[in-house]
Amino acid sequence: MVLSKMKIIVCIKQVPARDSQLRVASSGAGIQEADLSYEINEPDAYALEEGLQLKEKHGGEVVVLCAGPARAAQTIREALAKGADRAIHIEEEDLGALDPLAVARFIAAALGPEKPDLVLTGLQSDDLGYGQTGVILAELLGLPHATIIMQVEKLDASIRVKRELEDGWFQHVEMPLPALLTIQSGINKLRYATLMGIKKSKNKEIRNVTAAGLGVASQPASIQLSRVYLPGRSKQTQLFDGPPKEAAAKLVEKLKFEARVI
Amino acid sequence: MSILVVMEQRAVQGPPAWSRMSWETLAAGQQLAQELQQPVSAAVLGGPGIDAFAAQLSSKKLERIFAVEHELLKDYTPDTYTSAVRQLVEKTQARIVIFPHTYQVRDFLPKLATALGRVAVSDAIAHRIEDGQLVLVRQLFQGKLNVDVRFGGEPPYFASLQAGAYRADKIADRIEDGVAPVEKFTPQLSPSRIQPLDMFREAARAVDLTAAEIIVSVGRGIKEADNIPIVQKLADALGAELAASRPICDSGWLPMERQVGSSGQTVAPKMYLAVGISGAIQHLVGMKGSKIIVAINKDANAPIFEVADYGIVGDLFQVVPALVEEIKKAKG
Repeated sequence: MVLSKMKIIVCIKQVPARDSQLRVASSGAGIQEADLSYEINEPDAYALEEGLQLKEKHGGEVVVLCAGPARAAQTIREALAKGADRAIHIEEEDLGALDPLAVARFIAAALGPEKPDLVLTGLQSDDLGYGQTGVILAELLGLPHATIIMQVEKLDASIRVKRELEDGWFQHVEMPLPALLTIQSGINKLRYATLMGIKKSKNKEIRNVTAAGLGVASQPASIQLSRVYLPGRSKQTQLFDGPPKEAAAKLVEKLKFEARVI
Repeated sequence: MSILVVMEQRAVQGPPAWSRMSWETLAAGQQLAQELQQPVSAAVLGGPGIDAFAAQLSSKKLERIFAVEHELLKDYTPDTYTSAVRQLVEKTQARIVIFPHTYQVRDFLPKLATALGRVAVSDAIAHRIEDGQLVLVRQLFQGKLNVDVRFGGEPPYFASLQAGAYRADKIADRIEDGVAPVEKFTPQLSPSRIQPLDMFREAARAVDLTAAEIIVSVGRGIKEADNIPIVQKLADALGAELAASRPICDSGWLPMERQVGSSGQTVAPKMYLAVGISGAIQHLVGMKGSKIIVAINKDANAPIFEVADYGIVGDLFQVVPALVEEIKKAKG
């Protein structure tokens, strides 16, 4: 039998918006969250787009799964407006304090019973940047996986993907379904939500679950984050300020007479 | 036996070659060994004959070299590599296992750590020893902040190290007589579900950025494709090649062949002018060897300023045209 329709689960994360001015919290253990705005983690946006395109080509269903606090509902709504069919929200306030294995255990518990054909995640988050959640999930779920994917081609009961390597190299890899892929930014062209999509999203299901409700026993953390701080400078940077014309003139003078590169 | 450095080799066409970052990890392993008063060994995985290749390490200051050899390790798969390293860690009882943070390690290290109920500290940039405990430093928010990380629970502890974080030229040679012994280890493996196929590069690069003396590189700060001519004018005024960070090429605003960074080209020109590039590590590894680095960015805390020699904190849409005028004047 040829497996045609696919049930695709896309894991997405809400992260502080890219241009955020980050300040270390007075406790030194994290960042001040008070004035931040949030958005979908960029590689996850590409994972969602890839899921939507695969569904459009082969039929099936796209379910978004997000672990995060109540505010993440906004990001989930946006994913539904872009075309995801329904969502699962693991609502927990302080997931950032947990290690990636603990968070992945929650996701695996929510995701396993869905029996997806394909699980997609972004390759890393723009905030904590472990770059591990997808691969940990694959191990917890017993799925074959590939990371940093730039192309997905569905075959009969398997997929053929293009994996990015260093220095402009790539590799094709094939594996049976179900499988998990971590998606690289730039794999596709992101769509915008349409007005119709936004309207439709209001009637789509968001199932809220909690970590306790998933029945995942907490385990001692394997790694602990302690102090968060601004990185030091490795170089003494000469900064020029003032009106743009003045700053530009000072910079060019240095480049000509000190660095001698002009 | 306590610290284990897992080196990486790749044989695309012809004989295996070391991944450059592996040497940095070896240097880090030796440094840890000295600070923690523990022995350090190294391992490399590969197909039949990898022991002869592993012997290249025997002049280094190492307790032992493990050649992890199996027909199924000839081509990398996350299943076989995870299983093989797991068996080696169990056999050697290594306490700290470190890897270079390569694309391959990113593909299997989290699986390995999970299989053992651990979490790897990925992409560490530095370490220190506090009260006999290893503290690793990682970057958060694409390099805008750092965080100290400690291991909890029982070893083994796993970590991968960022490119450029340690210096390969610090590797110590063996002082004692003789060479470090190479021990062949054949793990029990079953075939992977994942089938590796061809490795390839896309069409030959028409633009060789590595030959450019001056590079003007543009990032997200440029906001839209229609603004690219603003930086093109700057490149023209300087007689420079135009390059870009990954998001610009992903969006198709400039061709992929102009991308600088870990997945693009690595350059070291006389001058690298970064315009509207925040300086995520994936970009920095591709350009931080440049002689003079100039950064123009509206965010004074952008990581690009950590490597810049000169900088202007300001709106590029005002600064760049002013700069073009001043360069034209200076060049007469």
